[in-house]
Amino acid sequence: MKQFFQYLIISLLWLSSASVQAALTIEITSGAEAALPIAVVPFDTSKLPGKLSVDIASIVTSDLNRSGVLKVLESKSLPSQPYYSNQVRYAQWKAAGQEYLVVGRIFEKSSGQYDIQFQLLDVLKQKQLIGYSLPAKKRNLRASAHEISDLIYEKITGTRGAFNTRIAYIRAQQDKGRKYILQVADTDGFNAQTVLESDQPLMSPSWSPDGQSLAYVSFENNRPEIFIQHLATARRIKISGFKGVNSAPDWSPDGKNLALVLSKDGSSDVYIMNTATKRLTRLTRHRGIDTEPVWIDKGKRIIFTSDRSGSPQLYEIDIKGGKPRRLTFEGRYNSAASISPDGRNIAMVHGERGEYKIAQLERETGNLTVLTDSTLDESPSFSPNGKMVLYASTRGDNGVLYVVSVDGRSKHRLSDQTGDVREPVWGPYKRKQ
Amino acid sequence: MNHKITLKIALLVLTGIFASACQTTQTEDILVDPATDGQGQTDGSIAGQDGSTDSSTLDGGSDPNLIPITDDAMSAQEMLDQMDTPLANRIVYFDFDSAKISDESLDLLELHGNFVASNGDVSLRLEGHTDERGSREYNISLGDRRAQSVRRVFLLLGASTDQLDTVSYGEEQAALPGHEEAAWSKNRRVELIYNVN
Repeated sequence: MKQFFQYLIISLLWLSSASVQAALTIEITSGAEAALPIAVVPFDTSKLPGKLSVDIASIVTSDLNRSGVLKVLESKSLPSQPYYSNQVRYAQWKAAGQEYLVVGRIFEKSSGQYDIQFQLLDVLKQKQLIGYSLPAKKRNLRASAHEISDLIYEKITGTRGAFNTRIAYIRAQQDKGRKYILQVADTDGFNAQTVLESDQPLMSPSWSPDGQSLAYVSFENNRPEIFIQHLATARRIKISGFKGVNSAPDWSPDGKNLALVLSKDGSSDVYIMNTATKRLTRLTRHRGIDTEPVWIDKGKRIIFTSDRSGSPQLYEIDIKGGKPRRLTFEGRYNSAASISPDGRNIAMVHGERGEYKIAQLERETGNLTVLTDSTLDESPSFSPNGKMVLYASTRGDNGVLYVVSVDGRSKHRLSDQTGDVREPVWGPYKRKQ
Repeated sequence: MNHKITLKIALLVLTGIFASACQTTQTEDILVDPATDGQGQTDGSIAGQDGSTDSSTLDGGSDPNLIPITDDAMSAQEMLDQMDTPLANRIVYFDFDSAKISDESLDLLELHGNFVASNGDVSLRLEGHTDERGSREYNISLGDRRAQSVRRVFLLLGASTDQLDTVSYGEEQAALPGHEEAAWSKNRRVELIYNVN
């Protein structure tokens, strides 16, 4: 075994500023027809001593467009550039076909300390819907822009926004040999930070419910093993390194247990591990492949993939055990379940005639809706507000990430210049500071 | 010849039990019963297949019934270093979503299995791989299942458990890039990685 270790190079680069080189950028692939028209005027920065590195209005514009619910007026079509509500001539915006208008301005209170003010206006009622002043440090300006997007989105749609959250994914790179990088980024793909880098495969990131840690699979010892890593401190432990497969970790809603897959007792089966005591409970017992467990119904049940019927399909089992119940019947291949936050919908990889797309199953009715139209889609993951699904697809020789609205009407690509990106997982809401 | 038939039957029974896990209970009843299994599909058809495959399908005129043995003049390492023998061929391939070992692969695995069984200082790491289709997690388990199938063949041929190590890389380490069957068929594989202690 020793000879394998010499190849191992693992570096922990969390919060390393040098790792931002590989930013993702957004490209709109299709917009929704029925989206609500909104104009976002560039914020006034004329009171600032220097130029700001971050364009708040363009971040908000990109966020709102990505939602599929709102459609932002192109900046070249703006009839005027007001910064305060009392500068707005509503008739002008009504004539431009807009229902909502966002204006704002940025001040520097002290060095590196900003105050961002914005107002969301209703063009038809000619009044302010919301207006806030947000204090922001220089390094948090992007997060503040996403917070503004969240506030606008929630006021208009009534649903909490999920722009100011994080995504995790694996990037594979060819650079003096193959490299695998676990990264965390903003939901628009910017502000990417490396959590772990290895010359052996990394897989299956899973967020802890508090957003503080990731569980993942690393092949650093030349076999798949499960690790847990605290993001802020980079402290990591190997939680599962049994003989055979150790894979597919998924954190329980209370953060105390991991569902995972082990083949130490023969074939791949689903187990539950208490992360504090490492005590294992075996949940499934079958000679087929049982994998990809995800918690549902506040931790009472688990949905998993099994090929016990001859091809991979989704099943549901009580965590106390019992007989699994099959959930999917359409299509030869259904796997990789992700559960909507309200527990009503399951996103999955749906394979039919050799094509793999993302589909959504409504639990109550059993209705299956196909959301995507390419052929090698995988790893769906719901946004914390349940309105979007993040997933991976293939474009040329590279893996790329997409976001699709749950009605399937709007799809956006998080494009990437430097490599092959896969296995995205959407993190939970940030805790209020 | 006798030995070969036994191996194939043993494998059929094993894969049968395994397949039963994935198929209907009807199949399970048939395959788990050893009596039915023996006289059912296996006896006649296998013998027939054997007769035709033995002499014709192997490259270079090698007879799979000839078991390579280590002589005093050549160490296991030296035998493995020879690039012009069937032992230099160390990859077996699989059908989509399958861990079933083909007759052709079985011939190759017999050569390796006998070699491992007769060389106690040799150990083998069996690395299971899949093509890119389907989910990555499922593919890790599928690669594991493939490596386990190969391991069972080696155990039947007399290799000991501590000579054999299995690991699955799923779809993470493709042998060939590309998104079509030409690449996929080369990526669905188990690689035999030798180590001489």
